[in-house]
Amino acid sequence: MGLLDQKFENSNIIITSMDNILNWARLSSIWGMQFGLACCAIEMMATGASHYDLDRFGTFFRGTPRQSDVMIVAGTVTLKMASRIKTLYDQMSEPRYVLSMGSCSNCGGPYWEHGYHVLKGVDRVIPVDVYVPGCPPRPEALMEGLLKLQEKIRHESLAKKKSA
Amino acid sequence: MTPQELCDTLKTTFGDSILEIKTDAMPDPIVKVAAERMKDVALFLRDDERTLFDVLMCLSGMDYTGGKLGVVYHLHSMKWNHKIVIKVEVPAENPHVPSVESVWKTANWHEREAYDMIGVIFNGHPDLRRMLLPEDWVGHPLRKDYQVQEFYNGMKVPY
Repeated sequence: MGLLDQKFENSNIIITSMDNILNWARLSSIWGMQFGLACCAIEMMATGASHYDLDRFGTFFRGTPRQSDVMIVAGTVTLKMASRIKTLYDQMSEPRYVLSMGSCSNCGGPYWEHGYHVLKGVDRVIPVDVYVPGCPPRPEALMEGLLKLQEKIRHESLAKKKSA
Repeated sequence: MTPQELCDTLKTTFGDSILEIKTDAMPDPIVKVAAERMKDVALFLRDDERTLFDVLMCLSGMDYTGGKLGVVYHLHSMKWNHKIVIKVEVPAENPHVPSVESVWKTANWHEREAYDMIGVIFNGHPDLRRMLLPEDWVGHPLRKDYQVQEFYNGMKVPY
């Protein structure tokens, strides 16, 4: 008999709710979509690199929306890019989350008044779960945002629809 | 060539098509040229043995307000190491300037950007499309009288 059978014979079984196990699995491996729009992307890369090491939260970046759970909108969303972002968001499979990183994607940032080409907040085209302020935010701030997102996922339920 | 010699050469070659000369402008002399002769001037400046302006360093679109648009050319000669600034001015309601794309290839994208932002139309340009803004954009945003549009493709633009 193999090792695994012995383990189950010793009644090494955990009982939990479906919500708990699903949420635990989801929040422990939030895969981010790898795309940056401006200087915030530099901080995002720094967060992912060895010094801040995003991998320890189970987050790392995928090159395609189809394998991603969270879209980190890192940088200025121009009107030209906004329709592309909408398309990328639509291509992500559910459950999907959006983290808006930095002042530009939160509200337009320094372009709020004279930016004829800038969307004043990415939440005008896609729903946002977590806003991280800063220009650009420090890696610590981005990690805080991802931890907030984990908290949000932890309290989700299959019975209740995800609040947009 | 000194700035004075450069300006004199242009004046003797093109006569009345040279509208204004600022020889002592800093850092480089400025020569204002009639828009319709711009391509001839460009070809002369590039090919004449005394000038040999083989580098178009920059091409900028301008809005001078008061219904006047313009284009500014910054030229440099690798051989003689001299520089000159050429300016043209056109009315805003009919902003046509001959393209210098066939003279300096650098001008291709620069002219597209000037068209995109200011709305100067470059006659003879092989591919005059918008450079930075989306193709369905309305207007030329760096004009001084540009009004920000209320909506773009259903997205609200003002804050």
